[in-house]
Amino acid sequence: MTVHQRDWQSFVTPGKDGAVHMDLAVDGITCAACMGEIERGLKRLPGIRTARVNLTSQRLAVDWVEDQTGADEIVAELDRLGYTAHPFDPASQKQRQDQTGKQLLRCLAVAGFAGMNIMLLSVSVWSGNATDITPETRDFFHWLSALIALPTVVYSGRPFVISAFRALSAGRLNMDVPIVIGVFLAVALSIVQTLQHHHHAYFESAVMLLFFLLVGRYLDHNMKGRTRSFAENIAALKAEVAARINPDGSVREVPLSKVVSGDLVLVSGGERVPVDGLVETGTSEIDQSLVTGESVLVPVIAGQRVYAGTLNGAGALQVRVEAASGATLLDEVNRLLEAASQAKSSYVRIADRAAQLYAPLVHGAAALTFLGWLLAGLSWQPALVISISVLIITCPCALGLAVPAVQVVASGQLFRRGVLLNSGDAIERLAEIDTILFDKTGTLTLAEPDLCSDIDPDDTDIALAGRLALASRHPLSTALVKATGALTPLPEVTEHSGAGLETVVDGNRLRLGSPVFCGASPEQIDKALRDAPGASLLAIGLGDRPVRLLAFRQRLRPDAKSVIASLEAQGLALEILSGDTQPAVADCAETLGVANWQAGMKPAQKIARLEELQRQGRKVLMVGDGLNDAPALAGAHVSLSPVSAVHLSQAASDAVFLGDKLQPVADALSLSKRARAAIEQNLWISTIYNVIAVPIAVAGFVTPLMAAVAMSASSLAVTANALKLRWGEGRSQMEQTDHGVGESPVQG
Amino acid sequence: MDVLIFLIPIALLLGALGLGAFLWSLKSGQYDDLEGAKWRILDDDDLPGK
Repeated sequence: MTVHQRDWQSFVTPGKDGAVHMDLAVDGITCAACMGEIERGLKRLPGIRTARVNLTSQRLAVDWVEDQTGADEIVAELDRLGYTAHPFDPASQKQRQDQTGKQLLRCLAVAGFAGMNIMLLSVSVWSGNATDITPETRDFFHWLSALIALPTVVYSGRPFVISAFRALSAGRLNMDVPIVIGVFLAVALSIVQTLQHHHHAYFESAVMLLFFLLVGRYLDHNMKGRTRSFAENIAALKAEVAARINPDGSVREVPLSKVVSGDLVLVSGGERVPVDGLVETGTSEIDQSLVTGESVLVPVIAGQRVYAGTLNGAGALQVRVEAASGATLLDEVNRLLEAASQAKSSYVRIADRAAQLYAPLVHGAAALTFLGWLLAGLSWQPALVISISVLIITCPCALGLAVPAVQVVASGQLFRRGVLLNSGDAIERLAEIDTILFDKTGTLTLAEPDLCSDIDPDDTDIALAGRLALASRHPLSTALVKATGALTPLPEVTEHSGAGLETVVDGNRLRLGSPVFCGASPEQIDKALRDAPGASLLAIGLGDRPVRLLAFRQRLRPDAKSVIASLEAQGLALEILSGDTQPAVADCAETLGVANWQAGMKPAQKIARLEELQRQGRKVLMVGDGLNDAPALAGAHVSLSPVSAVHLSQAASDAVFLGDKLQPVADALSLSKRARAAIEQNLWISTIYNVIAVPIAVAGFVTPLMAAVAMSASSLAVTANALKLRWGEGRSQMEQTDHGVGESPVQG
Repeated sequence: MDVLIFLIPIALLLGALGLGAFLWSLKSGQYDDLEGAKWRILDDDDLPGK
């Protein structure tokens, strides 16, 4: 919790009968016990009407009477219970209502109900045809089937009709075009046959086809929805708020969407800068690693520019929000990003490629069948019946399920390994890559600096410095506190803004801060930097003893070395492209054993290198987190960013990975390769099925019963094959990478 | 076979009733949190003294 009063009105929406409503993302809900604890804990507050935790999406919905309890008290209460919570910005609320999913589920329910009832009638007709059904009864059953099927096709077919229409008006063919044609032809044909007292009608085929395809559609949508809601939680817990300084001098926290150009924003020590702008007052050091990739802290003074996503050191800054002026780094990145997104050849998904092959082939076969039977001397109507039965038997069920089923299973697996997909076809593209470009800072390394000098745990001076560091929120102080495990702060600490901390211990002056502030000699600073290239230094000066320098650096992710080695062993070409200084990158590349690396790269250079590789026909995976990586992330064949990345980069990449490890990157690669294989198998299964079924249909031997059996069997086959991905896991691999995404290791 | 005139509409009506029940339960948000629902049944919040 921050000290400013938050402008809660921006998060609260009016609810039922005088109450107000708020939705919060809650971090730290790990099990069912948390659920009861939160709900019971909140109900102890006065005026709370309902508090309900959603365990699936890790969210909390609260309705309460506003004049009895404030929204801040609710968040404070949650904090006391041990859960970090942050309200959602109602501005983005509307998109969170999962209308599409519910609509699909309604269509699915209607199709399921209709399919079952028509099937009851159809089975009666089929068995009656084999025994002694009277023509009147058969017609009556067919009419009943029509009565159920017509509204169902109109209602449940809408998602397909809309999507087919969209594709056609854009001059493309997608899977939905043959589906819609097949369903509507089948229903029309069945009505005609019923009118003519035929033995066969295909009502159940049409409805079943819709049912199977809707299952695939719904699964597909659900997988996207789950990762999306998770990503929204992460975004909300990152607290996209800014402390706005109002003209009367009061400070209020407001959602970022409410901050406009020209506002004055207060950035306290240790906070992320929420906006791009110019510093009006204050001095501090800024950790720019998320923007430029530089790991060394940069001093800033009034008049200098700061970027959203950078981490403020010790001093408080007042920043004047600036709209893009066309000359800033952010503008450059945005320009490159746009160019990269446009230059990226639009990837045609496997399913669509299959559809482009499938539709002309099947419709061609049906047309040829019709002509063939006409030439063989059949009258036009039976010939038409046979040709439509070709369309029905080659039903795109299996084809429509082949790809989504695999994608659903694979993305579920990835989700468990801590990879959240932004787009379903990322799996297909991931399977193709042969080159990986890594950013260094924040990608191969962790985002926070760590002490890398060796310290003696019994060293009293260091322990004192650690206790002194408790008084500051500077990133290096925080790292020192973590390294020393200091618990009790020292009294009477004075903070010299932008320089360091000072106090008096047993009559001796103790200083902690920049080397110059503590009185270190230039030679000493040079030597320390030679020993630890690319490090940031923190100095300790106690009384008149020699100054001690501690080096801090972003540590490599714990498993970076082994993951990089295993990627190289798989024959992938690896490169490091970093905006950081030469020595720091060299040191990191050497440790990891990566031969190709480039340092000091600007966003334009990164994208240039990427394009050069892609011109050579390489399929490149880009992994990066900074603002400077965003264009390359957007331009790469496929891209990943860690959860600590800036918003722009996350939006530009295909997937986000969680946690402190690099393993999810390797997992994403190996899983997508297996998923790709399963997709291909599924397409083969569908093809073989069609190769067998089409001749039977062309010969005119297909009955509705055969169509129904074949349809179900092929759909089941591809679904089972997709589920194989789940069981084909080696156990040891599962245990290695199990870091429990369910427990949401989200560090905002 | 005349009995079918009654039985089939009844069967359809019962099916439609089930469909209606499902659509209602979907609308009233009963599928929003399946994960939490399975744990809530074990929660003894109706006991006195909790």
